[in-house]
Amino acid sequence: MTLVIGVLALQGDFAEHLAALQRLGVEGRDVHRPADLAGVAGLIIPGGESTTIGRLLERWELVEPIRAFAQSGRPIWGTCAGLILLAREVVAETRARYQPLLGLLDVVVRRNAFGSQRESFECDVLVEPLGLPPLRAVFIRAPLVETVGPTVEVLARLPDGAPVAVKQGHLIGTAFHPELTDDLRFHQWFCSLATKTANIQ
Amino acid sequence: MTQPNADIQQATWRTKVGLAQMLKGGVIMDVVTPEQAQIAEEAGAVAVMALERVPADIRREGGVARMADPDRILAIKEAVTIPVMAKVRIGHFVEAQILETLGVDFIDESEVLTPADDRFHIDKHAFRVPFVCGARDLGEALRRIAEGAAMIRSKGEAGTGNIVEAVRHLRDILDGIRRLAALPREELVTVAKELGAPSELVREVAEQGRLPVVLFCAGGVATPADAALVMQLGAEGVFVGSGIFKSENPFARAKAIVDAVTHYRDPEVLAQVSRGLGEAMPGIDLATLAPEQRLAPRGW
Repeated sequence: MTLVIGVLALQGDFAEHLAALQRLGVEGRDVHRPADLAGVAGLIIPGGESTTIGRLLERWELVEPIRAFAQSGRPIWGTCAGLILLAREVVAETRARYQPLLGLLDVVVRRNAFGSQRESFECDVLVEPLGLPPLRAVFIRAPLVETVGPTVEVLARLPDGAPVAVKQGHLIGTAFHPELTDDLRFHQWFCSLATKTANIQ
Repeated sequence: MTQPNADIQQATWRTKVGLAQMLKGGVIMDVVTPEQAQIAEEAGAVAVMALERVPADIRREGGVARMADPDRILAIKEAVTIPVMAKVRIGHFVEAQILETLGVDFIDESEVLTPADDRFHIDKHAFRVPFVCGARDLGEALRRIAEGAAMIRSKGEAGTGNIVEAVRHLRDILDGIRRLAALPREELVTVAKELGAPSELVREVAEQGRLPVVLFCAGGVATPADAALVMQLGAEGVFVGSGIFKSENPFARAKAIVDAVTHYRDPEVLAQVSRGLGEAMPGIDLATLAPEQRLAPRGW
């Protein structure tokens, strides 16, 4: 059985995630509709505008199917906007007037935590499961994880200690964008999680 | 606990191009008030362009069109959480300095405003904020990228509600890329000279088979079908100017255009979202425009 990884393709940089999967020789599938989730071993929620993707998730009736997907134990990884969508809550003063969330990951995130676009940045971060060398992490109008629930592991931090990659069971969130670099290790690691789950099931 | 932040690099080329990548598959809407910005956000826009007047009004009222009033831009920034863009006149780097200071997320060096320099564009590498520029063909797109544009859009003919020019520009840019990708290496330097573009960028496009930045469509999008047309042609997202707030039912039309961009390959969705939108903006046949009324030729 070939591994198929879904990439939510309502808006954002889903093509970059699909390209990373292709470079790894993994079959990627763009997910527009609930039916596209059938046979998918893991789901990536890309970067983009969290409020836009959230509205489109509701409009195209994907909220419950993705929650059911998570319930089934298959891994989900959200990058940037994807992390916000997975989160349980958004810090009130950074929340949009309407901010639909999947609410699966027990974290509270602060949107645009670093300011406007001119404050976007990149730096090296050490991501625990990937080891050395550090990953070049690109932060674009990025969120920060402000509060972490008791069962959430922090996988990576900024030099000042702020959590920027988290894992709770099979749910993963990163404030940065591994899909914007040539380093494929994060995608590879996610695919290995999806393979493990698929083999158990 | 706290380690030095020595290796943090702000406003890199990758973060500039990266923001444009985050806007892909989305619709960026022209707005002139905070209320319009909120309607755009509710409809699912990925960003708004804060303007003093939409292109159709600039066309109608004439006079010199300039950067919007900072108060207007700040009020719009305050009203929404999606990125806010704003336009500067071609070559007007001080307007750009002001917009950067105001904290706008993207600057459009735009032919829709009256040019401030009839020979040179802004040195966009000098700024921390990313720029988008219009182009009619591949040579123009690559000149703008060489100056530091992190995103390219077709020019189209803004404020006309007529998609024909945007289609022409998109096809010219994409055909130019396809042609380069098919050429033998030894021809690229001469072709670069013919295009009026730096040979390193020409070589990069020939190797990658795509622009090194994101390509959106702008200029004349008025219906969901227009938006899906340019997406199927190869645009990675859409700007809508006068098409929304000059139509009968802006919210419904804005939402329908967002849905058309999300599902641009699905004719059933396109048929469904195209229904019941009321009147589109009144359009202009380009044959009725005098050469000096055309905006697209502005840019060098």
